[in-house]
Amino acid sequence: MKTPLWKRLGFYAVVAVIVLQALFPFYYAILTSLEDGQALFDVNYLPAAPDFVNYRTMLTQGVFGRQILNSVFVATVVVIFSLALAVTAAYALSRIQFRGRGLLLLTVLSVSMFPQIAVLSGLFEVIRFFGLFNSLWALVFSYMIFTLPFTVWVLTTFMRNMPVEIEEAAIMDGASSLTIIRRVFLPLMWPAMVTTGLLAFIHAWNEFLFALTFLSTDSQRTVPVAIALISGRSEFEIPWGNIMAASVIVTLPLVALVLVFQRKIVSGLTAGAVKG
Amino acid sequence: MAKVELVNVSKSYGDVEVLHDINLALEEGEFVVFVGPSGCGKSTLLRMIAGLEDITGGELLIGGEPMNDVLPAKRGISMVFQSYALYPHMTVFENMAFGLEQAKLSKPEIRERVNKAATMLQIEPLLDRKPKQLSGGQRQRVAIGRAITRDPRVFLFDEPLSNLDAALRVDTRLEIASLHERLTGTTMIYVTHDQVEAMTLADRIVVLNGGVIEQVGTPMDLYENPASQFVAGFIGSPKMNLLTGPVAENEGAATYGIRPEHIRFSRDEGLWIGRVVLTERLGSDTFVHVKTEGVGMVNVRIEGRADIEQGETVHLTPDARSVHLFYADGTPLSRKFMQ
Amino acid sequence: MGKSRSLLSRTRTRSAWLVLLPMLVTLFVVAAWPLGRTIWFSFTDASLDLMADAQFVGIRNYLEYVKFGDEDGQYYGLLADARWWRSVWNTIYFAVVSVSFETLFGLVIALVLNQQFRGRGLVRAAVLIPWAIPTIVSAKMWAWMMHDQFGILNDMFQRLGLISEPVAWTASPDTAMIAVMIVDIWKTTPFMALLILAGLQMVPQDIYEAAKLDGVPAFRTFRRVTLPLILPAILVAVVFRTLDALRVFDIIYVLTPNTDATRTMSVYARENLFDYDQFAYGSAASTLLFLVIAVITITFIMATRMDLEGKRS
Ligand SMILES: Nc1ncnc2c1ncn2[C@@H]1O[C@H](COP(=O)(O)OP(=O)(O)OP(=O)(O)O)[C@@H](O)[C@H]1O
Ligand SMILES: [Mg+2]
Repeated sequence: MKTPLWKRLGFYAVVAVIVLQALFPFYYAILTSLEDGQALFDVNYLPAAPDFVNYRTMLTQGVFGRQILNSVFVATVVVIFSLALAVTAAYALSRIQFRGRGLLLLTVLSVSMFPQIAVLSGLFEVIRFFGLFNSLWALVFSYMIFTLPFTVWVLTTFMRNMPVEIEEAAIMDGASSLTIIRRVFLPLMWPAMVTTGLLAFIHAWNEFLFALTFLSTDSQRTVPVAIALISGRSEFEIPWGNIMAASVIVTLPLVALVLVFQRKIVSGLTAGAVKG
Repeated sequence: MAKVELVNVSKSYGDVEVLHDINLALEEGEFVVFVGPSGCGKSTLLRMIAGLEDITGGELLIGGEPMNDVLPAKRGISMVFQSYALYPHMTVFENMAFGLEQAKLSKPEIRERVNKAATMLQIEPLLDRKPKQLSGGQRQRVAIGRAITRDPRVFLFDEPLSNLDAALRVDTRLEIASLHERLTGTTMIYVTHDQVEAMTLADRIVVLNGGVIEQVGTPMDLYENPASQFVAGFIGSPKMNLLTGPVAENEGAATYGIRPEHIRFSRDEGLWIGRVVLTERLGSDTFVHVKTEGVGMVNVRIEGRADIEQGETVHLTPDARSVHLFYADGTPLSRKFMQ
Repeated sequence: MGKSRSLLSRTRTRSAWLVLLPMLVTLFVVAAWPLGRTIWFSFTDASLDLMADAQFVGIRNYLEYVKFGDEDGQYYGLLADARWWRSVWNTIYFAVVSVSFETLFGLVIALVLNQQFRGRGLVRAAVLIPWAIPTIVSAKMWAWMMHDQFGILNDMFQRLGLISEPVAWTASPDTAMIAVMIVDIWKTTPFMALLILAGLQMVPQDIYEAAKLDGVPAFRTFRRVTLPLILPAILVAVVFRTLDALRVFDIIYVLTPNTDATRTMSVYARENLFDYDQFAYGSAASTLLFLVIAVITITFIMATRMDLEGKRS
């Protein structure tokens, strides 16, 4: 029983449309980022005379390089902190029977549903109180509100599925809870930690609202805010070429991560949602 | 090296009591096997001795000291798990050394103890491998080795052979028996639902049923003197024939028990007469299932090979001295063979 | 209980709390406390520069009747603010339309990816790319593509004869919301597709074979067999996405700033908090948005009796 030709053609047409719509905007951003001057204002579908001047401008003039480093710093530290806090918490939540555990899980889950705007004014006060306004640590600190519940949740689900007997063997061997986490579970958790760490990184890298609110000077900003705030002297002088170059620079590492860790990301996303 | 005593021990999960009033004293160096049907509480009892489960009632003593409130690692106990429970990311050596590290032993001492245990179990060539690179039997040896290095007073095994194939099971069983010989003074407690393991390994067997101890005794004791109909039916393979109806009533009992090997078989004469329904030939033995008039289905064991065909009429005579009679509540009425 | 619990379980319970403490403290400081403060501010006259000395003013930020004398008077406050209700409507409209289309397109993509065909891995990777692109970048990319004079979208549509005049996608009030929704749908459909695909892959293959042997047409199989089986997965995805859509901020802030046509609750709240120096008023808006999302979340958890402790698995 062979599928008729028209059906197969139709299927591949659908596939082509899916791929085209997914890739075209990014392709067009790359195309634009390689154009300058008048070329920018002619609509082109294919590259004409690639020119890297926009990239040169972005990376050598102004503080964009510094802003990239800011983003890298924030995202990396956020990942480290949330994993460190989440692994131990996930151990307690998945492995130890104690009263109030269900309630705690519920709390963690509900925090992940918090709209960021709902904590914005309170958080603004807290950050000023700690003297963190316009400091990158303000972001590291505030990003915990979304990375931590997510990481705890996924790692808890993951740890719950690890065999009980291994832990019991460690208890018989006289290992304390911290030793069990460090010596027995941690080495077995790498796959899950890579997945959640990656997602936390992407999330922190892309965050906008807190970064917009808690940082006030250009040299402190992270890249999403930096890109959003690139402007020209008037509405007719918006430097689209520069914006697109910056966008491509910011996005390429993410696209690379996604392509390399495709499977891990998919499993992490679905573990966070479906099992939740 | 230590006596293990359970005094009025019970266990509940929430409102459900799964072990009731267990009293048991295990001698130093004894090999004791817990048997019983699935869900009767064997593992729970063992894990309470290990300290992995809370004791909800009663007291546990090891070497005369109360243990209810002592951490598992401080009880002088080692446990071998059914699934081996080796640490997958550590080498065999590291697996065996982990407990000793936790006990803060010096490096040379750890090396010496691990090597000694490895020699005893002939796993020295495997010390650098990870559990993934071992066969099931090798993993179980390593698990046993890990238990030995800690030099425990009491050894606990929870169905250690049930993940192995039949041939390996026999080998490992012999290995455990010889280990018990060599580790003189170490008390061993072994959970299984395999009768052969129980009968061959045990100094004494504890039969559990529905959370209570049905009987404690040597294997032969249980075989010859079952204290209840449950034990009579549970110990011995093939199962004892448990007959109801006129045969039992004639003796003033509710159940008439006779083991297949205690029935004499003849083609010409006997107490009961019946037709062969099925013959099972194992080579060493032949099991004949006979439908007897007025008595019911009776399973008979004949040594060696017997050429008996389905449908044949045969005569059976139970050995009067080996008959076990039980009241309706399962308690024994009398033991005829003792007369 | 109490006394009969062994040293081991007591030790373990103690270490559980010890080990949880850092996370709990962090969550308290970044989530619970700020939320409480936001709610408190909404009942005060706080301003950006005077937070600590804020005075309690009752529900004035939400609703207040001001008498002008002579039985004349007017309602003030959030609940009497037409711009606020416009943002509520915008938010709901945005959430419903975007999530509907995302579900539909997500389902189609998931069904395609669930087929065996050459290059499937590549297609899946391609589909993931919009998800990986930062929201701000997507908004900028699309803003450029939708540019009224130099945008490629107008060029394309004109070449295809769909429109005769260039459209000012983001600037015109008629199309601003459509523009925002297009970007959001483009960006988040992959997430939807992946979740639905995960649900699809849990459907046992032999069901399809059985249906094929019985001669059931493909569409009927889909409607009667596949759809009911993946409905729970779709439902979870829809709820997650809806909660997300209700707090939408980034896309609108970048793509269509300052228009009534697309102002959502989050945008409205932040404007008041930081741009108009109406800190207390903005806090009231934040609080209401929180309430809406809390009600939906709680309803969802109750309705599905979510298996929090993983006992059912
Ligand atoms: N965590 C628990 N919560 C509630 N009941 C439990 C728990 N663990 C065990 N039980 C119950 O306690 C009883 C004894 O279980 P146990 O595991 O000791 O049986 P077992 O004799 O080892 O059986 P098997 O031969 O199948 O291993 C069973 O009825 C079981 O359902
Ligand atoms: Mg068991």
